[in-house]
Amino acid sequence: MRSRIVGYIASVFYPFCLVFGLYVVTHGHLTPGGGFQGGAVMATAVALMIVSGMFTVAVREKKVVRYKWCEALGLLLFVALAFGGMLQGGSFFHNWLANAGGCFGEAVAAGPNGGALNTGGTIPLMNLAVGVEVFGGISIILVTMVRAMKENRDG
Amino acid sequence: MNAGWVLLHGALLLGMVLTAASILWIRNLVAGAIALAVFSLMMALEFYLLQAPDVAIAEAGIGAGLTTAIFIVAIMATRSGKTPNPGAPEDEGTPE
Repeated sequence: MRSRIVGYIASVFYPFCLVFGLYVVTHGHLTPGGGFQGGAVMATAVALMIVSGMFTVAVREKKVVRYKWCEALGLLLFVALAFGGMLQGGSFFHNWLANAGGCFGEAVAAGPNGGALNTGGTIPLMNLAVGVEVFGGISIILVTMVRAMKENRDG
Repeated sequence: MNAGWVLLHGALLLGMVLTAASILWIRNLVAGAIALAVFSLMMALEFYLLQAPDVAIAEAGIGAGLTTAIFIVAIMATRSGKTPNPGAPEDEGTPE
């Protein structure tokens, strides 16, 4: 089932898959898609590497630790942003960055427009957190399945 | 709603029915997983035509991408029914 050509072409496509997933995540507040969909697209890159037989790259212990860090940090960032609204005197999930200037704080122009990336307040940051979390979680599912398969085959 | 639009919807829905039936008919497991991916892709196109691009992206990513990969990994982990399985008990018979 392992072919060198398929493996090489998959490793060429791998970064493009990741970048497209990041594009879907960062434009989540402007275009269709968002954290979950973008994270799933990024995890598809890991799935591509596994299916094409390059799973020695994706299944290494260092990578698995990295996926676990992705999942944990994504969830922490999401909850921290939600609690940030309470610290600023609002409610839980209060959008404390919107229209404040600076990071994603630009005011949205009135009327139909193409959309500016630097708007939305905490929503793009929460999209990023969800995207990283979904990427880590689905990658852990895939890697766990491949490891169980290899253990079943070897032992 | 012009005729071409109806034809496009009809072709997609017919293709979905055909691929769903072929998943049941095909004996080769990997081919069945690929047929499931094609079904998901047509479903994503249909979602897009029905003006739900958000759902279409989720369907294309999860349905056509990830479940196919998980199914293929699961198929790689199993053995063919004809070869004897050394770990399994003898009296179970050969699974189809």
